Amino acid sequence: MDITVNILLTIATAATPLLIAAIGELVVERSGVLNLGVEGMMIMGAVGGFGAGYLTGSPWIGLLAAIAMGALFSLLFAVMTLSLATNQVATGLSLTLLGLGLSGMIGTSFVGQPGVRLPNLDIPGLTSIPVIGRLLFGQDPIFYISIALTAAVMWFLFKTRTGLTLRSIGDSHASAHALGIKVIRYRYLSVIFGGACAGLAGGHLSLVYTPQWVENMTAGRGWIALALVVFASWRPWRVLAGAYIFGAVWIGQLHAQAFGIPVPSQMLSSLPYLATVVVLVLISRNKRLTMMNTPASLGQPFVPDR
Amino acid sequence: MGANQDGTNLLEVRGLTKIFGALTACDHIDLDIARGEIHALLGENGAGKSTLVKMLFGSLEPNSGEIFWNGQAVRITSPGVAKKLGIGMVFQHFSLFEALTAAENIALSLDDGSPIGSIAAKARALSYSYGLPLDPESMVGDLSVGERQRIEIIRCLLQTPQLIILDEPTSVLTPQEADKLFETLERLRSEGKSILYISHRLEEVKRICDRATVLRHGKVVGHCNPREETAASLARMMVGNEVQAVVRAPAEGIETAQPLLEIRGLTRKPATPFSIPLRNISLNVRAGEVIGIAGVAGNGQGEFFESVSGEVLQQDAASVRIRGKDAGGLTITGRRLLGAAFVPEERLGHGAAPRMKLSENLLLSRHATDGKAFVGTGGMVKSGAIYAASQRIIAAMDVRKSAPDPEAAALSGGNLQKFIVGRELDRRPSVMVVNQPTWGVDAGAAARIRQTLIELSRSGSAVLVISQDLDELFEISDAIAVMHNGELSKPMPIAEATFEKVGLLMGGAEPGHAEHTLETA
Repeated sequence: MDITVNILLTIATAATPLLIAAIGELVVERSGVLNLGVEGMMIMGAVGGFGAGYLTGSPWIGLLAAIAMGALFSLLFAVMTLSLATNQVATGLSLTLLGLGLSGMIGTSFVGQPGVRLPNLDIPGLTSIPVIGRLLFGQDPIFYISIALTAAVMWFLFKTRTGLTLRSIGDSHASAHALGIKVIRYRYLSVIFGGACAGLAGGHLSLVYTPQWVENMTAGRGWIALALVVFASWRPWRVLAGAYIFGAVWIGQLHAQAFGIPVPSQMLSSLPYLATVVVLVLISRNKRLTMMNTPASLGQPFVPDR
Repeated sequence: MGANQDGTNLLEVRGLTKIFGALTACDHIDLDIARGEIHALLGENGAGKSTLVKMLFGSLEPNSGEIFWNGQAVRITSPGVAKKLGIGMVFQHFSLFEALTAAENIALSLDDGSPIGSIAAKARALSYSYGLPLDPESMVGDLSVGERQRIEIIRCLLQTPQLIILDEPTSVLTPQEADKLFETLERLRSEGKSILYISHRLEEVKRICDRATVLRHGKVVGHCNPREETAASLARMMVGNEVQAVVRAPAEGIETAQPLLEIRGLTRKPATPFSIPLRNISLNVRAGEVIGIAGVAGNGQGEFFESVSGEVLQQDAASVRIRGKDAGGLTITGRRLLGAAFVPEERLGHGAAPRMKLSENLLLSRHATDGKAFVGTGGMVKSGAIYAASQRIIAAMDVRKSAPDPEAAALSGGNLQKFIVGRELDRRPSVMVVNQPTWGVDAGAAARIRQTLIELSRSGSAVLVISQDLDELFEISDAIAVMHNGELSKPMPIAEATFEKVGLLMGGAEPGHAEHTLETA
């Protein structure tokens, strides 16, 4: 029983950063902006979070620093693509490259230093309930944030007027502009929200998952988050499902490798990617629904004529 | 809007000017709109009508000039300001969101925070009271253009505007839908609302408008009462000189002529959830005749053109036959080599590569059919011959341009269209298929393009014209077929065709039904 609980807990820990980064990017893409810099913003969040936590000794300050770092870094992308109307794909890619390089430079003195870890929740009486106690009441704070964030984004996008406006901008920025909606302002806020989420996801890596700083420690998770958004056809609950499928197969194949199953380890390592793609493709079979949810102006720069 | 302002106009515009780079789109425009009138804004494409109304609605900021609303000087800095004043707009290119429902679309333009449910109820009630029934739950992407326009109008009316601006509202409607719209406008006028009606369709302006302001090259060239003018005198004001009337010589002996373009049972599945399937289309175009295909936009004309031109190949090679040969499996180049020529609807990016010179665009479309003339040994391009040919086309079609061999994107829409049509005509094709030949082209150029299409057919070619402009089709066609929801009606000889018959078919009436109502009427 304990093993099962432990496995479930590690799955949640593996899925959480993917979920947070993907939910943030989902909001960005719903507003019609394609930010391929998730990996870069995430690693900046990781290094910022670790650094602030290490220097102050407080993981909570580290957490805030991670969020701020991601948001600040995304602001660079926002200024370039929204105010200067640069190509979103090229700018996003360079943001990732810049983030990977810059974080390595900032983190030179952090390598090998002991980090601080965000404490797991511990509610007397509840956390000690067998099995569900630790699953429901004993995880790290960012896990709860990730679930609350998903629910909040779902509610925001589909139940509020502001969310409707955001989706309308993603569908047609020209129409939105003609109605007097402040397209650029909405997109700025979306991009910064996405950056803050990516920063938080990075902070999860360096403050919870492995509380230390290692160069390139995001290891492609930003790209997986990006892919999740597309394969989940821009729907929050599918992003959640995708992140957890990925996490589950990831942990599963690690255990399989540990057991020494006679399958090449490269094959096993590729399983999470394959499984996530297959499952998400299967649930988004409905072409019509997918069309309805795809932001039609995704990636197109918007220059209002004045 | 108190009673003390009875003497003033609702809207007065003085010296409004908008400059884009070297172009003065609006040059010291003056305009008065009284309460309870339908005021027409007339002008050719590029005369500055759209720029002017964009400034009135706050989408563009003027460089200079003043706007008075109920006698008060106002600055309309955004559509939000315009809406607060009481100005509503129904856009020419719909400003709707396809992936949202009608109710959500309406909610987006209302600034109050009322829930979608109550907005949907209000929209439904208002739409029925005006006889423009609307289902607020329907997804805009699934609706016809006429239904989309209803959403725009209802959305505008829900804001209880004093002034409603309609930008070319009938260009996408069937004649019957347009009648319905005119009824609505007259009712709004009787309720004391003012309407600024933008159009280049003179007959309808004469029919419903009380006053007209005519623009040409960004300047006001006259005010008039359209009811006292003739369509010809209005056209003269718009264009600045007489427009050459198109002459259609009777087509001789086409009953016995060979069909050069045969379409047999052409069927195509929809490529995307929003596109139209083609259902068993059959049509013959014989040597010497012009066949017109009418239809409301988005009823499969685009899909049909792609299938006929070879942009999309058919499984059944015999479903498209050119000069007696199966062409369904051939690409565009293959079909061109059989003697066909095609002019697509979209000029930039489809009919021509925007950033390439006219001569290069000529080579792109004719490198195969005119290989000997344009490409020498070893695949070397003969620039001199291509340049000479492009100059010949420019002269023949009277293409106005700023440089000897400019980039396609540097030409105005009308001039580029003249070049594209001329490029294909220059080959003397035996089959010519044109989609929207004069969309957005000024009257003079349009008349020239129409005349050349007729002359091409009379010299023994088969010409197929797809158009949303019924006046144009009646002017040039020997027979008109109507496309509705991916089906094509039988071609109706022009002598038997009337606007009413064609309009009913465009609205989806059964062919037999259309005949019947006309006989009993």
